[in-house]
Amino acid sequence: MSGVAGLTRATLAKDLRLEWRSKDAINSMLFFSLLVVVIFSFSFDPTAEESRRIAGGLVWVAFLFAAVVALNQTWAREMRNQVLDAYRVSPAPPNALFLAKVIGNFIFVTILQALMTPLFIVFYNLRALGPAYQLPIVAALGTWALVVNGTFFAAMSLRTRSREIMLPLLLFPISIPALLAMVEATGAILTGEFSAKFWIVLLAAYDVVFTIASLFLFGLVLQAE
Amino acid sequence: MLPVVVVTDLVKQFGRFAALRGVSAEFTPSRLYAILGDNGAGKTTLLRALAGLTVATRGSISMLGTTDLHSVCGQLGYMAHPSLLYDEMNGMENLRYFARLYAISDGAQNNEDRCAGVIRAVKLDPSLTRPVGQYSQGMRQRMSLARALLNDPKILLLDEPFSNVDLRSAREMVSLLIGLREAGKTIFVVTHQASLLEGTADEFVWMEAGKIVSRTRDLQHQESR
Amino acid sequence: MKRAFPILAVLTGVLLSYAMYQALVVAPTEQTMGDVQRIFYYHVPSAWTAFILFAINFVASIVYLIQRNAKADMLALVTAEVGVVFCTVNLVTGPIWARPVWGIWWTWDLRLTLTLVLWLIYVSYIVLRRFSSSGQTPLLAAVLAVFGALDVPLVYFSIWFFRTQHPQPVIGGGGSLDPRMWHALWINWLAFSCFAALVCWSRFRLEVLRRDLDETLALEALLEPRSSKARSS
Repeated sequence: MSGVAGLTRATLAKDLRLEWRSKDAINSMLFFSLLVVVIFSFSFDPTAEESRRIAGGLVWVAFLFAAVVALNQTWAREMRNQVLDAYRVSPAPPNALFLAKVIGNFIFVTILQALMTPLFIVFYNLRALGPAYQLPIVAALGTWALVVNGTFFAAMSLRTRSREIMLPLLLFPISIPALLAMVEATGAILTGEFSAKFWIVLLAAYDVVFTIASLFLFGLVLQAE
Repeated sequence: MLPVVVVTDLVKQFGRFAALRGVSAEFTPSRLYAILGDNGAGKTTLLRALAGLTVATRGSISMLGTTDLHSVCGQLGYMAHPSLLYDEMNGMENLRYFARLYAISDGAQNNEDRCAGVIRAVKLDPSLTRPVGQYSQGMRQRMSLARALLNDPKILLLDEPFSNVDLRSAREMVSLLIGLREAGKTIFVVTHQASLLEGTADEFVWMEAGKIVSRTRDLQHQESR
Repeated sequence: MKRAFPILAVLTGVLLSYAMYQALVVAPTEQTMGDVQRIFYYHVPSAWTAFILFAINFVASIVYLIQRNAKADMLALVTAEVGVVFCTVNLVTGPIWARPVWGIWWTWDLRLTLTLVLWLIYVSYIVLRRFSSSGQTPLLAAVLAVFGALDVPLVYFSIWFFRTQHPQPVIGGGGSLDPRMWHALWINWLAFSCFAALVCWSRFRLEVLRRDLDETLALEALLEPRSSKARSS
């Protein structure tokens, strides 16, 4: 399957290069993420004890909103000059395009998280009482869960009206188990009161199930007129 | 000579609008066909059906001996009014990427030469670093044609290649098409500017209200029934 | 087939009346909760009916993806719409029952939460069907239904574990049921199922008529000569 891997790498490289050149999408999203953190911090002002319990929820809801903004422009460049038609007319495997977009979004959202997390730590005086090494694992699995379905639903939304609202509308219900897992796992690690292991396994299972489903069905969605 | 494209009773409906209302035709190889007609006649729909971008409601298309259009899509070149190029990259960068879609991987240097070759064939300069989005319309259409030629296709499908293009660019494209026809390619050109292909096209295919109404050797078209 | 519909309608009418009689009169009053508990005979069967309809939707969507069968797509559409209605009934009767009995409107217990998530998924399914262009709607909807179905076990396990970590009151309580209560429950479920089948069938017929109309108009457009002043090609 080296064809798929090679094309995925080429597409990802192209996307990263284009993003680096224009920088306007990532800049506005970074600022948006910052705003989200500040607004949340104003709205919820708990004590240190409580903050560890609810931080999981706050952080992931904030990440979710930032992710939706990023996901909504996944296909923007391809839509501009009907580039997707060039893809559909060629023998290129659609999954390569899909994987490249998912990985690109993953990198994107991770950068946003890298900005937002220190701010949350500062505003809420967060400190992990449990095994902190598990946090990056939860972050990675959780982010993948959001972007794999998000990229897929973004492609589905291309064929609908009200594209920008359609994406979160489709994404949020399906993501509920993953969101619950992310929030609970983060809470468990921060408070140290429970083990996050079950949630991490659930997230991994969620990721596997929906990555396979997306790879299986993306070709159909791409070919839909 | 065996026909290279056979269309049988092709019907395409978008809800209640019938874009193609039973098109039947055979096309022989190494010919340049000009498809003409008013707006709404079905020219673009026919071309997109040949490209595999639109699935017919009824009827069939046989291309290069098979009705499985996807299996022969590597031998098709498609060009439309949108450029199907990334505005933010320059010509060579665009072509380098699109060459990957066709898995043309006979070595990196050969790839470079191939991309530079098609760019020169459309009388553009491969070393131009300006992003395609800043090209004039004529240059953009020529670059889009270069993209369609990357995989050395047997069949070329061009939708309004000369629209909004300066006369010199248009004439250069026509002489390029003549050369491609001599090289054995079958070329379909949908256009409103039939005069550009006078004396060049082997056949003028006239469409009206979703049907082919006549096929003539020259531009004298009988009055529609 | 044509005679079956009125027969089903009459049967449904009879069953619903009998079921209401069973639920409101015959079934004994519950010890602790009193007459409010009778809402249970509407709350539970509507959930079961909704789940069955959603299961049919899943199967119909898979059939559509494999065969591109228009009838499968219509069945999926119909069961989704009617399923959402029954799901809504369940979600509304839940809090109405919970408030006087347990003092709370809502709790994130397994059943209620699972039902809520299913409701959300299928409402998004219906919105997708409305917002997509008609050529692509069956395909996109079928894909979403598959995603939704894959999600259900994950939702179940996530909430189940969540509740073992954070135990909370369970609405609808366990305990054994008086045999007359079981009888009322089953009768109501049977009546609801017949009602669901009736509504689905009507909706299906309506959809068939609508698509026939569209096809006829489309065929007319195909056959009649039209002026060249139509939309651009």
